[in-house]
Amino acid sequence: MTVNKARLIQGNQACAEGAIAAGVTFFAGYPITPSTEIAEIMSEELPKIGGKFIQMEDEIGSMACILGASLTGKKVLTASSGPGISLKQEAIGYASMAEIPCVIVNVQRLGPSTGGPTSTAQGDIMQARWGTHGDHPIIALCPATVKECFDLTVKAVNFAEKFRTPVYVLLDEIIGHMREKVILPNKEDIEIVDRKRPSTKPGDYKPYRTDESLIPEMADYGTGYKWHVTGLHHDETGFPTTKPALVEKLMNRLMSKLDKYKEEILLWQEESTDDAEVLIVAYGSTARSALDAVEKLREAGIKVGLFRPITIWPFPEEALARLAANVKGVIVPEMNYGQLYLEVERICKDKCKTSGLFKANSEPITPDEIIAKVREVL
Amino acid sequence: MSKRWEFRLSGTGGQGLITAGIILAEAAVLAGKEVVQSQSYGPEARGGASKAEVIIDEKQINYPKVVIPNVLLAMSPQPANKYGSEIKENGLIIIDSSLISDFNNEKARVVEIPITKLAKEDVGNILTANILALSAVVGLTKVVDFEYLKEAVLNRIPKGTEELNIKAMEIGWQWAEKHVV
Amino acid sequence: MRPDLQELFRMEKLPHIWCPGCGHGIIMRAIAEAIKESGIDMDKTVIVSGIGCSSRAPGYMNFDTCHTIHGRALAFATGIKLANPELNVFVITGDGDATAIGGNHFIHAARRNIDLNVILFNNNIYGMTGGQYSPLTPTGSKATTSPYGNVERNFDIPTLAIAAGASYVGRGTAYHDKLLKDLIIAGINNKGFSLIEAISMCPTSFGRRNKLGNAAKMLELQKTAAINVKAAQKLPPEKLEGKFLIGELHNKPAPEFTEEYDKLIAKLRKEAEQ
Repeated sequence: MTVNKARLIQGNQACAEGAIAAGVTFFAGYPITPSTEIAEIMSEELPKIGGKFIQMEDEIGSMACILGASLTGKKVLTASSGPGISLKQEAIGYASMAEIPCVIVNVQRLGPSTGGPTSTAQGDIMQARWGTHGDHPIIALCPATVKECFDLTVKAVNFAEKFRTPVYVLLDEIIGHMREKVILPNKEDIEIVDRKRPSTKPGDYKPYRTDESLIPEMADYGTGYKWHVTGLHHDETGFPTTKPALVEKLMNRLMSKLDKYKEEILLWQEESTDDAEVLIVAYGSTARSALDAVEKLREAGIKVGLFRPITIWPFPEEALARLAANVKGVIVPEMNYGQLYLEVERICKDKCKTSGLFKANSEPITPDEIIAKVREVL
Repeated sequence: MSKRWEFRLSGTGGQGLITAGIILAEAAVLAGKEVVQSQSYGPEARGGASKAEVIIDEKQINYPKVVIPNVLLAMSPQPANKYGSEIKENGLIIIDSSLISDFNNEKARVVEIPITKLAKEDVGNILTANILALSAVVGLTKVVDFEYLKEAVLNRIPKGTEELNIKAMEIGWQWAEKHVV
Repeated sequence: MRPDLQELFRMEKLPHIWCPGCGHGIIMRAIAEAIKESGIDMDKTVIVSGIGCSSRAPGYMNFDTCHTIHGRALAFATGIKLANPELNVFVITGDGDATAIGGNHFIHAARRNIDLNVILFNNNIYGMTGGQYSPLTPTGSKATTSPYGNVERNFDIPTLAIAAGASYVGRGTAYHDKLLKDLIIAGINNKGFSLIEAISMCPTSFGRRNKLGNAAKMLELQKTAAINVKAAQKLPPEKLEGKFLIGELHNKPAPEFTEEYDKLIAKLRKEAEQ
């Protein structure tokens, strides 16, 4: 194994490079701060490798466009922020329903509305889970370092392909724009996952029939399978149905298919949790502040640990519950008015005290603010 | 205990301070150090106060923003006034004395270098002011060796401007040497 | 149905959901005939639609088909065509789908001159939701949301498409179905964005409310109000009053988007080799 050179790159660039390393050959997007660098890099790099980039007329179109490309068998990516992510919701729902693999990078900025284009925030946590209408499966991964932007974008592409679901990579402006020293892995050391193609001949192909894997096989458009895709409820042939039993069968499968793979999907980091009396639950750039806080508090003899969900949705519930049972309190610092806190509170409230440290004014939460909060809770 | 260096490079949009920040960070990467670089965006990139921030450490850098810088470079009066008070006790402030006058600071050591004037008159190109300043910053702090700075500069600058930029670096370094305590 | 057309349909999905007297079935058949006669590879043909009455057509047609989201058919189709330019991509859309909610995608797909064959079923109304006015409902016409007559002005679809950059534009009707088929074939042969407006009729939600009579009467109206563009050139303006043009309205080849993109890829490859 050869070791690559250390480089200084932005989080957004690491996302773009991760996508290409994972096999993404199609990107559609629309300019918006603070995610635009991803589109710029993809426009430069994709045609060099025979891939395609298109700047669509709007965010809605760019989301729809990558779904079309995915139906031809390509691995696809789009990236956006704030208002752009709101506009993409309709087609994200379609991707969940029709099970079209796709990855959406959301470099979070401060909302609501136009809010603060260059201001950091973590205000799209609940939107990532429930942004489009109706019950639907979703995966959201949340990097805290530039290196992780690369690694988690690779993972997001793999998850999208394997589980046939839209996958978010949720950055915040700080992570997207900061430059950091990274050593990226070699191509041959990166695990690549491709979607399952049909194991049957075209005549026998039922596009939404599944075995115990719960993930149907997917034919590329143009390979003779002549299958139908719709956003309507459908049976295993892919054609619309309004029969309650069939609608329920589809919805039950969609809503449970990720449960089966929790062990693989749920990622988190634990730091100094073994003897912790207070647990900080933080993610994205806020987790970096929390790590500093943990180090400083430990130096002062205070037993505090960090639980960092890397997979935000589905949430690593059991792992947190296990830790919460052994601490006095859990603190959730986040750059919003308490979004992931709702989930943490639900999981921990019978086990320990929970409290939040919320800040959404374009400034990051500092280690000192977290330290003060921990002292307050103790 | 390893030292966390926090640099704030400030001036006016167009003076090349964000490039200077990136070069400083890349020099630190070449030197095998941990580094995080960030910058301000928006209207500040078009003529207002502009700043780039670089954190260099021997160990992993968690909090990625400058808390209170140990080193402030001010290349124009507005940011000098805006950021002048945010400096560590016994920190270092380098000001472009060809553009800033009457600057005082009680907490930090102030080093005055006529950066823009030197770039214009001694190097012969005002656009090298950022490199000259960066060289002075590195010369005064010795945060990385001159060789790494030189390599980082040469990696970033447009082809054909190598000689000019090396000259700017040398002048910046010489001025720093005069002030090294 | 003509036996030789049956392989183009998912016969088990028929009969279709459209109302008795609807013009959409005739237009769908014209598309199938055009595909058959053009000789294109049906395994390499994709039909994309949005939402609305017309957008149900792909479900009956035996191809890779995609029934997408309201207004977004052209954006999906752009992704399909750009990702795999070997595919023949058709878009079936309606007046509301293409020119209201999907208006932005419509003008930009035309501007790019991406090789899509768009057949726009124009029935002057939102049929599936029960008869609300669309951008193609004529001024003064009644709809459930224009009970006093439509106050707004309506688009002329070919003019819109030509202005936006479409390289081939034609208009046929359910009555002039042979012409419609020929126009679709010409659109298939055009390497670029082809827009065929197919005038349909909705006796249920438009004709009834506007006292246009039954389906036969509405077809009759298409016959009498339409003038072929070639014949129209010889007529004085007063003879064209109250009429609309049918036939090939625009045929101006232009660089096609996916071909141009492939040229860019080839150029970059060549540069990398050197």
